[in-house]
Amino acid sequence: MSILYFLIGCSILMALIFLLAFFWSLKNGQHDDVHTPGIRILFDDDVTEEKSDKDHISQ
Amino acid sequence: METQSVLNQAVCYHCGDELNLSKITYDEKEFCCIGCRNVYQFLSENNMCNYYAYNDNPGSRIAGLGHFEYLDEPTIARQLIDYTDKENTIVTFYIPAIHCSSCIWLLEHLYKVNQAIFNSRIDFLKKQVTISFKHQQISLRKVVEILAGIGYEPLISLQDVVKEKSNSVNKSLILKIAVAGFCMGNVMLFAFPEYFGLSELEKNFQHLFGWLNLAFCIPVTFYCARDYFKSAIASLKHGMVNLDTPLALIIAVLFIRTTVAAIFNTPSFADTLTGLVFLLLMGKWVKQRTYHHISFDRDYRSYFPIAINVLKEGKEKPTSINEIQVGDRLLIRNGELIPADSILLKGEAWLDMGFVTGESDPQQKVLGEIVYAGGRQIGEAIELEVVKPASQSYLTGLWNKENYKASSKTTNFNDSVAKVFTITVFVIAFASAGYWYYFNDTIKAWSAFTSVIIVACPCVIALSTPFTLSAILSVFDKKDFYVKNTDAVEQLATFNTIVFDKTGTLTSTEEANIHFTGKLTEYEEMLVASLLYQSSHPLSRQVLKTLQVKKILETEHYEEVPGKGLKASVDGVEVFAGSKRMMPFSINAKENGGVHIVINNEYKGCYTVEQQWRKNLNLLISKLQHKFKLALLSGDTNKDEQYLKLVFGENMQMLFNQSPHEKLNAIKQKQFHGEKVMMLGDGLNDAGALKQSDFGIAVTDNINNFTPGCDAILKGDSLHYLPNFIQLSKDGLKTIKICFAIALIYNCVGLFFAVQGTLYPLVAAVLMPISTITIISFTSVATRYFARKNNLI
Repeated sequence: MSILYFLIGCSILMALIFLLAFFWSLKNGQHDDVHTPGIRILFDDDVTEEKSDKDHISQ
Repeated sequence: METQSVLNQAVCYHCGDELNLSKITYDEKEFCCIGCRNVYQFLSENNMCNYYAYNDNPGSRIAGLGHFEYLDEPTIARQLIDYTDKENTIVTFYIPAIHCSSCIWLLEHLYKVNQAIFNSRIDFLKKQVTISFKHQQISLRKVVEILAGIGYEPLISLQDVVKEKSNSVNKSLILKIAVAGFCMGNVMLFAFPEYFGLSELEKNFQHLFGWLNLAFCIPVTFYCARDYFKSAIASLKHGMVNLDTPLALIIAVLFIRTTVAAIFNTPSFADTLTGLVFLLLMGKWVKQRTYHHISFDRDYRSYFPIAINVLKEGKEKPTSINEIQVGDRLLIRNGELIPADSILLKGEAWLDMGFVTGESDPQQKVLGEIVYAGGRQIGEAIELEVVKPASQSYLTGLWNKENYKASSKTTNFNDSVAKVFTITVFVIAFASAGYWYYFNDTIKAWSAFTSVIIVACPCVIALSTPFTLSAILSVFDKKDFYVKNTDAVEQLATFNTIVFDKTGTLTSTEEANIHFTGKLTEYEEMLVASLLYQSSHPLSRQVLKTLQVKKILETEHYEEVPGKGLKASVDGVEVFAGSKRMMPFSINAKENGGVHIVINNEYKGCYTVEQQWRKNLNLLISKLQHKFKLALLSGDTNKDEQYLKLVFGENMQMLFNQSPHEKLNAIKQKQFHGEKVMMLGDGLNDAGALKQSDFGIAVTDNINNFTPGCDAILKGDSLHYLPNFIQLSKDGLKTIKICFAIALIYNCVGLFFAVQGTLYPLVAAVLMPISTITIISFTSVATRYFARKNNLI
């Protein structure tokens, strides 16, 4: 059962890594704006393709 | 029927404005004006028509381009730029026009317009865009001109909105919450086996768990809860007790008991300690919630441009307003603001002092006369000599006065309760400890003493206030009433006098009735409409909308004089429209403002714009009349006194022709007589009074417009909810008091165990979350109930 000592150590270490990851993300400004990225992801990226298609046809 | 007509109504493809006669068709789409069409054309040439795909009519109308020459001046540009190196520059602008996802799309695809702009990012809620560009290929001025050209002119004013909003305070709080939450989670994990009873095998771990718990409690006590200790010590130094004092005491006691438990291998209070600190910090976070997109601390600097043209040796040089010195010669163009008190040297000055006095008719100034800062020149360019620097002018003096209310020394409910609370807890703690000591049970005495302090935790009071008030805050903002912070909500319940401004507060700035004083034949109306059709001035467009004509006639020799009016020969007939100064001969009409019309050298009359009273004004006043003392302070003339007496009743105090300083003094006088004053105003002319009053509400028709510094911003359409808002905040205080009563019941249960010295940590660990959950759910239910009762949901 002494393996539990090792596991407890592991669990705390894991949790600490996540805590540090959160610190890093906060410092990095990832939580400064939580609204815009949600809208940004919905934009299509097709405009450039359309343009190249048109060029193709005209040639 | 009505929806049908709305659907059929033609609107501008770009800005969504109603189309009238003057529509322009381009690319099979209809536009209301050249400006909108140009933006569309520009976007379609750059292959950016996706802008119109995400929303219908996403654009906003372009109000006329500003001058950005000053951005070429390195000293001024440096104030705006966030970062620059050899190649790249990063700058952040505040753009009020940002309002939908199309805006985000367009502004984040600026690189399609110009390759030199390689990155642009929007923060939607703050309405800010951060642009990175190669400054060797494109200048800052050009970037701003591109933005302005597509309808997103950044607001560049003397008060830098972007840089003043730093959220470092909030960040450190979030860090503390993260640490407390992390520790709480881990402590709970180690505390669980104890809750379910330990088997023989698990007993081996108990010692380890005790020390681990202590290790987690150290950062919670000394980092997360540091502010409570600081605040408690500071208040004790002043011989006072605030809510943080008992909280700090409890945290200290819990920490000591956890340490003792770790040493003697007994059950510990670590889970209560970490849970308590975590919840308290959450309460603090809820309390700090603010609106990103609204600033409550604006002053005159937001209204002033960042730079102005100074004439040096006959040459114009854009100069930062902070650097303007006495004796400098300024050049003010049509529509520009006078930044400092000065003497008029050259040109015909017609100043719109609406900003300062609330009086909208422009005033004429003669050469050598002093013109005050805040006036807006209408008409030709004028030259001025500065007599006082911008920071000391008559207008800015409103902000520099030091005799404003001392920052809220009003003790709130919490702090007054805390005092009684602390004393009671100490009396009980000492009494129970004394009792057990008398019976020679030292261990029980110590246990009872600490348990009483732990169990009588005022954390419920610390939590109920922020949760209730922030729930009220969010009810308010659904009705377009934006209160600065939770403390202000509490203050809202305590007034006995309400003072109104008239123009812009009781009247609407957006809706206006247009009347014609004379009479026009159908043909003459057509002449006028054809003339106005040529102009993009807002007044022309407003009048044009009221004219129902069948066709537009041919116009020749069209001329528009800025600030004065229009003239042209329409269908061979001379037509003049505009202010009196525009007319070919002097006119003895009693109306000063408005659009006067002369056709064929004959005065026909005047289109007057009448302010519209806000809807439900009567209802609002009759509701308030019984509960509050009302008063009116207006910068305008007393032309509406009769009507106002009808609404407000004969006995109300009404003061007209009040200057901003007189308004301020009137408020001060009321406060001197012991009244608690709420002031409702709109413009810069009310700024002093709003700041002086105990609670200033800025009324505006557009939340994105600039409002003077205040405690709350209210949208004009919601003005009639004011009595409901006040009632809800009163109900909120009632809710907090009920919470307090509930908390007392829990405390009594806890105390029952505590005084006997048998408070097992498990009881404390269960009691605290249960009471917290009860309180938080009660506050949200009660707030919803009261909001519904007050017709706010």
